[in-house]
Amino acid sequence: MKPATKINVDQPAAHLRLVSGRAAGETSGIKLSGVSKTYRSRDGDVPSLRPLDFHINQGEFFVVVGPSGCGKSTLLKMISGLLPPTSGEVLVEGEPVTKPHGNVGIVFQNALLLPWRNILSNVMLPIDMKKLPREKYLARAKELLKLVGLEGFEKKLPWQLSGGMQQRASICRALVHDPKIMLMDEPFGALDAMTRERMNVELMRIQRETGKTVLLITHSIPEAVFLADRVLVMTERPGAIAAIYDVPLPRPRSLDAMSDPVFTELVQRIRKHFFTQGSLD
Amino acid sequence: MAESKEAGGLSRLLNAAWVRPFLFLMFIVVAWDLAIRLFHIPAYQIPSPGDVLAVLQTDWPELLRQSWPTTYATICGFLLSALFGIPVAMLIAGSKTVESYVYPLLVFSQSVPKIAIAPLFVVWFGFGIIPKVISAFLLGFFPVVVSAVQGFKSVDPDMVDLARAMQGSRFQVFRAVNLPHAMPAIFSGLKVSVTLAVVGAVVGEFVGSNSGIGYVMQRSIGTFDLPTMFAALVILALLGVILFWVVDRIERLVIPWHVSQREDIIFAS
Repeated sequence: MKPATKINVDQPAAHLRLVSGRAAGETSGIKLSGVSKTYRSRDGDVPSLRPLDFHINQGEFFVVVGPSGCGKSTLLKMISGLLPPTSGEVLVEGEPVTKPHGNVGIVFQNALLLPWRNILSNVMLPIDMKKLPREKYLARAKELLKLVGLEGFEKKLPWQLSGGMQQRASICRALVHDPKIMLMDEPFGALDAMTRERMNVELMRIQRETGKTVLLITHSIPEAVFLADRVLVMTERPGAIAAIYDVPLPRPRSLDAMSDPVFTELVQRIRKHFFTQGSLD
Repeated sequence: MAESKEAGGLSRLLNAAWVRPFLFLMFIVVAWDLAIRLFHIPAYQIPSPGDVLAVLQTDWPELLRQSWPTTYATICGFLLSALFGIPVAMLIAGSKTVESYVYPLLVFSQSVPKIAIAPLFVVWFGFGIIPKVISAFLLGFFPVVVSAVQGFKSVDPDMVDLARAMQGSRFQVFRAVNLPHAMPAIFSGLKVSVTLAVVGAVVGEFVGSNSGIGYVMQRSIGTFDLPTMFAALVILALLGVILFWVVDRIERLVIPWHVSQREDIIFAS
């Protein structure tokens, strides 16, 4: 294990990007070049995101932390193609994103399962929307439910499941159409602390087994460091990149990694960003 | 032994959910009868329950015959208000432009007393069934629109985004997410609407008709035949209750997943 002193986190952000920007192919992963977003409202333009440049590698676990209202969710919507950027370009697998491309699976803070569909048919929602052959994906949906430990709950309605179970079902829904990318917007924010830790470990396992590229947004700095290959720290609105950190913790990680000096050091460094900037709410 | 068993059965019967409204109804009827006796209310002001029951018994075939046109007009008006109300609500909820043009006018139109304009329909459409249907439709329409708009608008935008991100077309997303989500609200609107449609049909019969329960009421008022008038009221109330019950049953079939229906769901494990 590398000694803690090796992570030089005091470098300026631009420099850090050079350090961590691995030689990556332009045609894989997610690439944002000069992407910004400004919302038009009655009281004039409200800038939400300042121009962002970064690249997420194929199969990478990429976590974004930032204060409320820094445009994290906007970022997610632009990558999924729901929202056009005001300037710049988003590339997914080398293709510019102009409309929903379906190559993403999305998990929100609330599980957002449709209450009239049972768990299995909720997981099948993307298949229905994309008009893919149901029979072919039904087996996959069942397999995914098994992977997250929801075997035997296929015929239940969402309200019959606990919050953690519902969120696991929604992760299955995000994976069923086999997208290259998983976008997660504070996926465990509504869960209690203990369930949350368990879900973190489980999510890492799922990501390792499926090899998906994950972009996860969170408010929790320890969660970010625990999960990520790289952590992007955002500034307050309008959001910009404050820094990008590599997390040199070895994988697979267990919850014990949280007491590793590398981990605590990095958490402290990231926290500093918010205390010098203002408060993290 | 046998006695206690019988008593247990009786108390169980008295506590059954469907018996309770009847028990309460009996209480009201008894109170009504007592009030007339105690305060010496003359029969030309309020008839006694006994007189009303007697009329219901003797004139039953006639009352039943007259209730068909009313029922028919109510159902037609109600179906029309559902048929037009739900699509109008879809348009209002789906487009800000439509909403800004149509919604204020719709609210405005509700402030026009339907009873006042009902004679107009007689002028336009004669003494047939059409004025009654229109009057029932006009009363039933508004609650359906208001509830359905509320239902369509309360969809979680994240849920819609999720379906859209999976490349669902507008229609697909609407059918899979928005419409089922709005169903509970639509049904609560339909339940209000069906009872108001009864009122609408009767109003239509008041102003120009020679058949229906409304006509019977109008005629009996003219001759101070209060027992018949009250019997007609009872028939109307029954009609409202039955139609409401039918809509409620349909609701249970259509949205068995909703919170309000959950006690009915039996699940193993």
